[in-house]
Amino acid sequence: MAKSSETVTGKDRYKSGVMEYRKMGYWEPDYEPKDTDVIALFRITPQDGVDPIEAAAAVAGESSTATWTVVWTDRLTASEKYRAKAYRVDPVPNSDDQYFAYIAYDLDLFEGGSIANLTASIIGNVFGFKPLKALRLEDMRFPVAYIKTFQGPATGIVVERERLDKFGRPLLGATVKPKLGLSGRNYGRVVYEALKGGLDFTKDDENINSQPFMHWRDRFLYCMEAVNKAEAATGEIKGTYLNITAGTMEEMYERAEFAKQLGSTIIMIDLVIGYTAIQSMAVWARKNDMILHLHRAGHGTYTRQKTHGISFRVICKWMRLAGVDHIHAGTVVGKLEGDPLMIKGFYDILREDHIPQNLECGVFFDQDWASLNKVLPVASGGIHCGQMHQLIHYLGEDCVLQFGGGTIGHPDGIAQGAIANRVALEVMVQARNEGRDYMAEGPEILNKAAKWCAPLKSALNTWKDVTFEYTSTDTADFAPTATPSN
Amino acid sequence: MAMSNPGNRVTQGQFSFLPDLTDEQITLQIKYALSNDWAVNIEYTDDPHPRNTYWEMYGLPMFDLKDPAGILMEINECRKTFPNMYIRITAFDNTHGWEAPRMSYIVNRPPSEPGFKLHRQARDGRTQGYTTEPYATDKPEGERS
Repeated sequence: MAKSSETVTGKDRYKSGVMEYRKMGYWEPDYEPKDTDVIALFRITPQDGVDPIEAAAAVAGESSTATWTVVWTDRLTASEKYRAKAYRVDPVPNSDDQYFAYIAYDLDLFEGGSIANLTASIIGNVFGFKPLKALRLEDMRFPVAYIKTFQGPATGIVVERERLDKFGRPLLGATVKPKLGLSGRNYGRVVYEALKGGLDFTKDDENINSQPFMHWRDRFLYCMEAVNKAEAATGEIKGTYLNITAGTMEEMYERAEFAKQLGSTIIMIDLVIGYTAIQSMAVWARKNDMILHLHRAGHGTYTRQKTHGISFRVICKWMRLAGVDHIHAGTVVGKLEGDPLMIKGFYDILREDHIPQNLECGVFFDQDWASLNKVLPVASGGIHCGQMHQLIHYLGEDCVLQFGGGTIGHPDGIAQGAIANRVALEVMVQARNEGRDYMAEGPEILNKAAKWCAPLKSALNTWKDVTFEYTSTDTADFAPTATPSN
Repeated sequence: MAMSNPGNRVTQGQFSFLPDLTDEQITLQIKYALSNDWAVNIEYTDDPHPRNTYWEMYGLPMFDLKDPAGILMEINECRKTFPNMYIRITAFDNTHGWEAPRMSYIVNRPPSEPGFKLHRQARDGRTQGYTTEPYATDKPEGERS
């Protein structure tokens, strides 16, 4: 790529009319990003005949100060500071028409503590920009000064574990099925059986709100009867994610207050409520000692295709800033999209305090979270206890494993399904801690436990051949191959 | 038949769904904690209420004892002293970002686990106030074993 600045200076810069973005100061190949800059990495696919550097400069311009023509009012401002600067453009490996554009934004371009403000700049106008065929926001680097303007997760992994008194193993959950149509009374039955059997959590699905077959108050009342009865039956803290998603903030606050009044440990929202609503609920959750679960409903519309949209790793960063405690982040082995390396990148972003650049996992920047609380990733969608060794290997112990069908669909009943999952989990954590090669010995470890645990035996028999072997669409561009030495 | 959960026992801790751990299995878990530089602590109680956070400490966390056999000996001492109590092993991680327990599992239980009574109090509307109470703490503390 051309490596020198083409920025026009002096009087000529402000001559009325149209000027290429690269000449207006939005392409500065010598610029060294400051520690305090926000950095965005875009994958750009220019229209045929559009120069990639001009396209990158246009993205920088349109996501910061520029409009389509020169304006003299720039001269009333410290305009060089406020211009986002594309400083590096690289061809994407193994692609003819895609480029990675690195763009740096001065911290003063953003209001503190507002994902809405950040996204209005970074993904506000540029995604519809005509000279680009497609545009994808791949990753962002946030300076510590910016991170410190956010509350972050209301509870965080450490306090969630302490509050629930659950350590050293993944948590277990299940989404109540069928997700639509059950009455409140029947719905609570599923919750009770699953929790009594051994799960830590049950969960409303993303589209369970307040429908004719079950209004929200009925659901909350029966669910909390089930939670309390299960706590008394087991002597263990239990929870059910009560989905408070609704049409207005006022309605969501009302549902959250009712959940609190009933003694729920956790509430739930959907990603589709919007960034500001999510931040508001995170503040409410912090104030009311409530764990906040986020279902990523809707994300697949913009995260899945590699050329256009937003990578889920960026959503993970925004949601950690916005302040949720749980987020669905993929399973590797289940029914939903998820390349193992990409998922590792997401989980690292949610759980670690410092994440080094790791191109193989799609992580383009070092990111320091400055002790912001950690988000507990949730693995949900087409997983079952026969995969326990793989789940623990890929996802680690700080996550929630949600077996919905894998609990409720158990041939001997819901509680038996829960037992199968809990036994499989504990036996695998035990084996891991004992230093065994549990990935290789996993099936044998499970089969041995199935000899004394009948529910595990029938679960393994029911789902033993279920796998979802499809090629992922969202994969890394950098393969971990050795560089030949010359 | 005492508790209504299928295992008929309090299910707190990492390994409550497994058969009681043998001394050999406990030793392997201690080794795992030590290999992570976590300090092992022994705690006991006769009150298994799920919100009973502070069980009695059987000595301080063993920050400097790095010998699994030595720790197992302490556990067995505790079992001998309080055979009818719940005893749990907690492993503390003092690294930045955690500074919290990383393991917790039960290594001793009373011979019978009578479970919990669920009190319900009718409140406004159709709401209920719930209180869970262990039958094990029915008697005054001084009269429990």
